[in-house]
Amino acid sequence: MSADSKSYTIDVNHVTRVEGHGSIRIDTRAGAVEEVRLQIVEAHRFFESFTRGMPPGEIPWIVGRICGICCVGHQLAATKAVEAALDLSVSEQTLRLRKLLNHSQFLQSHTLHVYFLAVPDYVGVPSVLPLIKTHPEVVRRALRLKKLANDFTTLFGGRALHPMANTLRGWRKLPPLAEVAKIRERLQAALPDLEETLAVVQTLKVPAFERETEYVSLRHPDEYALYDGQVYSSDTGQTVPVENYREVTNEYTVAHSTTKWARWHRESYAVGALARVNNNFHQLHPAAQQAAEQLGLKPPCHNPYMNNVAQVVEIVHCAHDSLRLLDEVLELGLQLEEIGYQAGPGRGVGATEVPRGILFHEYAFDEEGLCCDANAVIPTSQNINNIERDMQAFVPLMLPNMSQDELTLHMEMLLRAYDPCISCSVHMLDVTFSE
Amino acid sequence: MRPKIAFFDMASCEGCQLAILDCEDILIDLLQLVEIVEFREALSEKAHRFDVAFIEGSINREIDAERLRDIRARSTHLVALGACACNGNVQARSNLVAPAENLEVVYGREARNRVQTDPEFWPLWAHTRVRPLQEVVPVDYALRGCPVDRQEFLHLVKSLILGSLPRFAPQAVCVECKRNGNECVYEQGETCMGQITYGGCNAICINGGYRCDGCRGPLPDANLEAHRALLRERGLSDALIDNRYRLFCSNDRLTGGEGR
Repeated sequence: MSADSKSYTIDVNHVTRVEGHGSIRIDTRAGAVEEVRLQIVEAHRFFESFTRGMPPGEIPWIVGRICGICCVGHQLAATKAVEAALDLSVSEQTLRLRKLLNHSQFLQSHTLHVYFLAVPDYVGVPSVLPLIKTHPEVVRRALRLKKLANDFTTLFGGRALHPMANTLRGWRKLPPLAEVAKIRERLQAALPDLEETLAVVQTLKVPAFERETEYVSLRHPDEYALYDGQVYSSDTGQTVPVENYREVTNEYTVAHSTTKWARWHRESYAVGALARVNNNFHQLHPAAQQAAEQLGLKPPCHNPYMNNVAQVVEIVHCAHDSLRLLDEVLELGLQLEEIGYQAGPGRGVGATEVPRGILFHEYAFDEEGLCCDANAVIPTSQNINNIERDMQAFVPLMLPNMSQDELTLHMEMLLRAYDPCISCSVHMLDVTFSE
Repeated sequence: MRPKIAFFDMASCEGCQLAILDCEDILIDLLQLVEIVEFREALSEKAHRFDVAFIEGSINREIDAERLRDIRARSTHLVALGACACNGNVQARSNLVAPAENLEVVYGREARNRVQTDPEFWPLWAHTRVRPLQEVVPVDYALRGCPVDRQEFLHLVKSLILGSLPRFAPQAVCVECKRNGNECVYEQGETCMGQITYGGCNAICINGGYRCDGCRGPLPDANLEAHRALLRERGLSDALIDNRYRLFCSNDRLTGGEGR
């Protein structure tokens, strides 16, 4: 049914295949769009409040629980913030292990998102389940890659979800080198699976829609910034120190959403795989640059649906960069290091790229060394404003030519392309059309 | 007929559902035996009646409690999936502070005051208290842990498919830890909650180099007074002991109920 003067309502309460809840409300009047609103209806968990009174070492361990799928990133950002507050140093070995742990999470999260959450839309099936019968080789490959990534995280973190081996300053228990060598072999052997992944993604018909926006990511002088860097804006071409993150995020609240919203140089900005690839394309591993070319992703790219393609490009990058880092570990060996620290007063900010974009954590500690202030700014809460604006641009453009079902599907796909992780921000889709 | 299985999430990190997706080796075989009718993380389909409903997350608002009651009414078996659903988990620590104050700390006073007077959207914001599922509806089985243990999940599903009662031995993490031959955490100068905490996790955190923080909740016959005395002996103040007990079990009897 096309948009006409009749009043109609679709309720798709709680969008599926996203981590989190929310809803979209489209008011149409005589075929015109009145309003597009993305509601985030997730229940509050108040991490920024209940971390008060906790000793420093427990903060990363607990705040990792903000999100299951990006638990590693929350741990790392919080770890960096606490270390900054207490002025704690970190060894080269620890940096290498953290980068590996972070890469393993990118591999896991991007693989899950591309194969399980995005591909079904493009193939026109409601979930990955029908693909088990129609495309068994694709599903088996996805499961292989996911398992590899989980085993990778488990090796370095102690388990795939909420790892416990890593802490402030370093590692409580190191992985045996023989196991490191095995995971390196498995990763090398998985490269043909990555080639096949590119071939699958190449066949997907990405909707043609462009809306230029500000792209924000970390940038590092020496590497494709994932674990560390300063905050870079595509609008200014400049970076600002992570300590100044409040100037970047400028959070504000809206009643229809239990997540906070963000804006920087214009009304909204985008973070995530596409923002990173746009900003730091030149630092991607050559194999990832080649993958981007093969998949038709040329920076700057302004099509938000291409975020899925950017994720695949990052899978290739992380795989190759992990091989490099694993070789370093195998060459240099691993030593248990001193990880003791003195609790005390201080305030610090930590930022890291997680699969969905840039993540900021900030903590302050009082004279007794207990947490007295906490703040976390999550990628999805930075993106949600931009997603709503994409929808506001998309709906009037497509409303005349698309059926209500098609439009609903494309809105859900748009939302999923951003890979929103709403359990982080404070769940998704209630598309309501009304006159 | 294959049993209809559904997954729902309330206030949680959704990691327990991810932990289940991590059963990669047997996932395809398992899917021959059960019919997954709702799983928002991976499916778009919806259903109306469930043989087994797995609920992840705690109940923080009345709108969530209503949703849970509706799911309960449509389910034969209801399983609390993970620490949030079983105990309230880490976020139950926020029960120590008034909801309006929590809203102010996180969103600021102006935003808090604005949403509190917004009749349309207030139900989304109306945080009451972090509650485990059994405070709202009867729960048939509990899969403990943050996150859940995959083997326990598989044991439960297999038992339900076979029509037998799943058995979870009420033994301490400490027993499993000893069996694994780990050096005792206390020997390393740290303190641990393994003696009083439900096992079933194979002492995974101690295997990984850390201690047990009790995410699976206290055993019914745990000697809590003796444990507190031990921590005091190791130099922990009552404030630090309470902090430790509230990391994961804020909603349980460990801290004398103040966390409820």
